[in-house]
Amino acid sequence: MTDRSGVEVRLENLVRRYGTVTALDGLSLTLAPGELVALLGPSGCGKTTALRLLAGLEEADGGRIVIAGNDVTGLPANRRNIGMVFQAYSLFPHMVAWENVAFGLQMRHVNAVERKKRALDMLDLVGLARFANRYASQMSGGQQQRVALARALAIQPQVLLLDEPLSALDAKVRSRLRDEIRRVQLEVGITTLFVTHDQEEALAIADRVGVMQSGKLEQLGPPTLVYSRPATPFVADFVGLTNRMQGTVRGGSVEVRGTSIPLVQPDVSDGPAIALIRPEAVSIDGNGGTDEGPLVGTVIAVAFLGAVSRVTVDLGDTTVLAQLPTSSASQHPAGTRVRLALRTDPVLIQREEPAPTAS
Amino acid sequence: MAVAARSIHGTRRLKLQVFRTVVFVAAAVFFLVPIGAMVEFSTRGNSGQRTLEYWKEILAYPDMVQAIVASLELAAITSVVMLVLLVPTMVWVRLKLPRLSRIVEFVCLLPLTIPAIVLVVGLFPMYIWLGTNVSDSILTLALAYVVLVLPYCYRALDAGLGGIDVKTLSEAARSLGANWLDVMWRIIVPNISNAILNATLLSVALVLGEYTIANNLLYNNLQVELVHLGRANAGVSIAVAVASLLFAFVLLVVLAFIGARPRRMHRDPVAMLASPAVSSQK
Repeated sequence: MTDRSGVEVRLENLVRRYGTVTALDGLSLTLAPGELVALLGPSGCGKTTALRLLAGLEEADGGRIVIAGNDVTGLPANRRNIGMVFQAYSLFPHMVAWENVAFGLQMRHVNAVERKKRALDMLDLVGLARFANRYASQMSGGQQQRVALARALAIQPQVLLLDEPLSALDAKVRSRLRDEIRRVQLEVGITTLFVTHDQEEALAIADRVGVMQSGKLEQLGPPTLVYSRPATPFVADFVGLTNRMQGTVRGGSVEVRGTSIPLVQPDVSDGPAIALIRPEAVSIDGNGGTDEGPLVGTVIAVAFLGAVSRVTVDLGDTTVLAQLPTSSASQHPAGTRVRLALRTDPVLIQREEPAPTAS
Repeated sequence: MAVAARSIHGTRRLKLQVFRTVVFVAAAVFFLVPIGAMVEFSTRGNSGQRTLEYWKEILAYPDMVQAIVASLELAAITSVVMLVLLVPTMVWVRLKLPRLSRIVEFVCLLPLTIPAIVLVVGLFPMYIWLGTNVSDSILTLALAYVVLVLPYCYRALDAGLGGIDVKTLSEAARSLGANWLDVMWRIIVPNISNAILNATLLSVALVLGEYTIANNLLYNNLQVELVHLGRANAGVSIAVAVASLLFAFVLLVVLAFIGARPRRMHRDPVAMLASPAVSSQK
C-alpha cells in the first residue's frame, strides 16, 4: 500500500433545496487531513445530501466545496477523484471482484497488468484476496461491501465517502466491518466522511462526530464530547439515551428531586425546566425498603446488555433509566424498592413540556 | 404418515407431469401441423412426387430475393435505431427524470393501441414528402417500423432495467471516473444484455412479418412479395414462407443461446475449496 497523507476538505455554507424543502441549510464543515468525520442524524436531516454534494452526484444551490485547496463545486463526479461506498450493494454484477476493483483504474487508463496487480493488492488490504474471482452474487453482503471499499480506495482518491455502508448488514458483521473500515482508513490515511444514522457506529470509529438536524450541523466534536457534553437538547436526545426529569433552575444549577446539578450553560433564567440526564449518571444507592423520598422507587425492568445492565425504575410520577455494572444490577431484580442517586455532572436543560417517559 | 404424505406428493407430481406433457404436445401439434403442411405442399410436385423444385426457384425470382434482402436490412436498421433511441432514453429517465417515466411509457405503448392501417393513413403524407425530398428507398420504412416495435421493445428493456439498480451502479461508476458513455457502454448495457437481445428479437420478428404498412405505402418487403408471388406461384410462395419461418426460428435459437451463454468461468482452486463458506463472513 502506498502511503498517502490525507487532504483538507472544506464544505462552505452549502445549500441544497428540493422544491420547497431545504435539505441543506448553510452547512459548513472542515475535515482535517486524514480525519474520519461521521455525520449523524435522523432520516431527512441532510447528511446524505451533504455527502452526495461532496461526491458531485448532486449540484449545490449555494456554497463551495474545496478539496485540498481546489474549488471543486462545479466539477462532475467523474472528475473529482473521490472514492465512495454506497448503502446499496453497488458491485457491478457482470464483473468479478478484481475486475470491479480494477474498473476505476481502467477509467484512468492504467495498463492491464498493473491494473490487475493493484486490484489484487487492494483486495488483500480488505482481506478478500482469495475471493478475487467471485461475482457479487457469489459473495455475502459484508464481503460485497469490503470489495466496494477496496474498489473505492483503488483509485487512490483524495477523499473517501461512506454512505451508510453497513446498514444492510446484520449486527455482528456490522461491528466487525466497522472496525475493518477504521483500520483500513488509518492505514491509508485518507480523509473520510462517513454518513450514518447509527450513533453507536459514529461514536465508535469517528475522530469527530457531526450531529445534524434539519439541514444544519447541531454539534461537531470528538465522540466523547458529543456524548458527555451535548451542545443542544436535540443532540442529547439523539446521541445516547437520556432521562428527561423535571426540575427547577436556580442560580446556575438545576434542582432535580432534591439533588442540585450544575448546568452546562449556567447563564439561564431561573424557573422550571427539564434536565437531560444520562442513564449512567443515575446509580442505585441502596435498597429503598419502606423509605419514602423523591428518588425512591420500584425496579420494573432490568435489561441485561452484557457487562452493564439497564434498570428501569418507577418513581411514581415518572420512570428513570439507570445504567449499572451487571454485578450490582443483579442485586436489584424487578419488584425491589431502590433508592437512586444522581451524579452531579453538568447537565443540559430543556424548557419544553416534559415527555412522559425516559427517551 | 410420512410414507402416505410422500405418496400423495408423488401422485401430485405425476399428475403435473402428465398435464405438462399434454399441454406441450397440444401446443406442438397446433404449431407444427401447419408448418408440416406447408413443407409438404412446397415439396410436392405436380404429379405428387417429392421435389425441391419450388425451393430452387426462389432464386429465380429477383424481386423476391430483393425483398428478402430489404426485409433483413430493415430488421437490422430498425433494431439498431430502436436500441440507440430507447436504451439511453430509458436509462436517463430512470436516473434524472423519474417523474417523466409514466409519460415515456405512455408514449412508447401508444402504437400498440393504433391499428396499423390507421398508422398508414397518418404516415402516408410523410412518406410522400420523404419520397420526393429525401429518398424513396424501401429502407425509409425503418422509421415507421421503429414506431411499430416501440411498445414491445419498451416492455422488454423496462424489465431488464428493472432487474438492476441503475442509479447506484451508474453513480458508483461515475465516482470511479467513468463518463456517461462509459457508464452506458461498460456498466448498463452488459447488465441488460438479455433484455437487449429480447428487444432485438422482437423487433426482428415484427419487421420480418410486417405486411400492412409496407403494402399500403407501396413498398415491396418480404411479406408483400410473398403475397404477390402466392398469386403467381403458390409453391414458391409457400417455400419462401417456410424459409422465413425457419430463419426466424434459427435467429431465435441463436439469440437465446447467446443470452443463456454462461458467464466467463473464473476457476479459482482456493475459492472453490472454500465454497461452503461463501455466505459466511471472513
